[in-house]
Amino acid sequence: MFAYIVRRLIATIPVMGIVAIFVFSLLYIAPGDPAAIIAGDLATEQDIARIHHQLGLDEPFLVRFGKWAWGVLHGDLGISIFTNLPVWTLIQQRLEPTVALTVSTLILSILFAVPMGVVAAWRVGTWVDRAVMGFAVLGFSLPAFVLAYLLILVFSVEFDWLPVQGYVSIRDGIVPFLEHLVLPSTALGLIYAALIARITRTSMLEVLSQDYIRTAQAKGLATKDVLVGHALKNAAVPIATIIGIGVALLISGVIVTETVFAIPGIGRLTVDAILRRDYPIIQGIILLFSAAYVIVNLLVDISYTFLDPRVRY
Amino acid sequence: MTIAPIDIDAALIARRRARGWFAEAVRRHPTVALGTALLALMVLMAILAPYLGTVDPQALSPIKRLRFPQEAYWFGTDMLGRDVYSRVIYGSRISLIVGLSVALCSTVIGLAIGLVTGFNRIADAVVMRVMDGLMSIPPVLLAIALMALTKASVGNVIFAITVSEVPRVTRLVRGVVLSLREQPFVEAATAAGTGFVKTLRRHILPNTIAPILVQGTYICASAMITEATLSFIGAGTPPNIPSWGNIMAEGRSLFQVAYYIVLFPAAFLSVTVLAVNLVGDGLRDALDPRLARRM
Repeated sequence: MFAYIVRRLIATIPVMGIVAIFVFSLLYIAPGDPAAIIAGDLATEQDIARIHHQLGLDEPFLVRFGKWAWGVLHGDLGISIFTNLPVWTLIQQRLEPTVALTVSTLILSILFAVPMGVVAAWRVGTWVDRAVMGFAVLGFSLPAFVLAYLLILVFSVEFDWLPVQGYVSIRDGIVPFLEHLVLPSTALGLIYAALIARITRTSMLEVLSQDYIRTAQAKGLATKDVLVGHALKNAAVPIATIIGIGVALLISGVIVTETVFAIPGIGRLTVDAILRRDYPIIQGIILLFSAAYVIVNLLVDISYTFLDPRVRY
Repeated sequence: MTIAPIDIDAALIARRRARGWFAEAVRRHPTVALGTALLALMVLMAILAPYLGTVDPQALSPIKRLRFPQEAYWFGTDMLGRDVYSRVIYGSRISLIVGLSVALCSTVIGLAIGLVTGFNRIADAVVMRVMDGLMSIPPVLLAIALMALTKASVGNVIFAITVSEVPRVTRLVRGVVLSLREQPFVEAATAAGTGFVKTLRRHILPNTIAPILVQGTYICASAMITEATLSFIGAGTPPNIPSWGNIMAEGRSLFQVAYYIVLFPAAFLSVTVLAVNLVGDGLRDALDPRLARRM
């Protein structure tokens, strides 16, 4: 088990290496000379050349990549061009809302989608099943920001039940914190929930046709026990896999969702950075999100051993 | 008495024949028919945009700004007095062009790379590591990064989304090729002395078409959403070309007073993506029953 975790950890190194090379190349080929930006409008050719040399911009690609990667490993993601602050500081300032939003969406989606998929598989072919499948198709077709606006229109503008936008930290009270997260989480989670519900249904259908399910029913177990204790337990591995892979959808969605709901998180930071072409920030965010995605999927891989004791490493 | 059921069958067949294949197709696959019809409607709308009672989508008229939907302006006007109806109709062109181009480019490129990696061990080891790396960057983020490097244009949007979709197609094709190589009919062809190119053309390629076609439809749907997302956050189609994402981005700050500016493009985008998804589901069920059960 421990050896397996170590092996999987080592296997993520080349993947993150590719990401790092890609992200570094982004700044390397980005238009605009950082030295010229730092030197300002009144700088002479010599000034720019001097700063160029100070920043090490005249060194070869591999040397620069090595220095940059060394810095990243020590938590140095560079300096934002626009604000002149360290990128890592900027990211830390914005981390809380994004983590709160994604984690609440993750929990909300799993809590809704898994039971939906289970019931759809159990009642396959009935209207319940069709409703769940319809929900899934709808979920794949309704972009997060479209749903976000619909929700704002209905629940905030029309009925005035929930705040239109903004974010309140959990330190300022649990009720306003949750109130501000309900709509964004719903908008962000729809496609994710649709994906999980669909896979849960398929995975359950496969398990429900097995002999041991018939045996469990024949020996008089309650339907609930058969579905949860026997079927869902055996259908858990593909569901866990898709929960991990689907996190990519959450990360992509968080950028637009934060924009619509004016949540001051990493997503907003991304959008601001794009508009200002602040490449070091864009680099840092891609590294951060990709690392988060890789780690989540690593955790999912490890969870297989707990979900299914037959899986041994 | 044995005659009766035959009579019924004959009557049924006759009735079906009378209804024709079209009605039959609609009856058997209502959702696919609906998707195809909606998609056809959108394509027609995009082609016929200048003839659908539209005005110049870029024409400003500051006096008439922020008019609520009414007889003269079906979808109202925006903060610069531009006709939202015309902008939404013209915007369909961008969505469809981007969706189709990305689907086509990424499947062709993915197919080519997938075939090579499926047959060549060394290429496989190198290329798949790169693909793993690219796949660990969430697609929209990858597209954003590429858009940040280049200037906003429809071509660059297509390029950026294609790059973020290629790894998935490659992985799909590679998987299909690897499993096909073990199939008896491929082995038989090789044993019978069929050349590599011919094996590829006659036995491998035809078997990759079905999954690629299905995947291509889903890529088309997701590319449309990604284009709208990129344009919405200001990293996509340039503002001087109306696209659904752009129109929504412009309506963003005015949402509480003029929600219709956001709502109409949003509705068209969702319906189009829904149509493509319905067609995709239909293709999947028709072409690959095994895949249908797995999804």
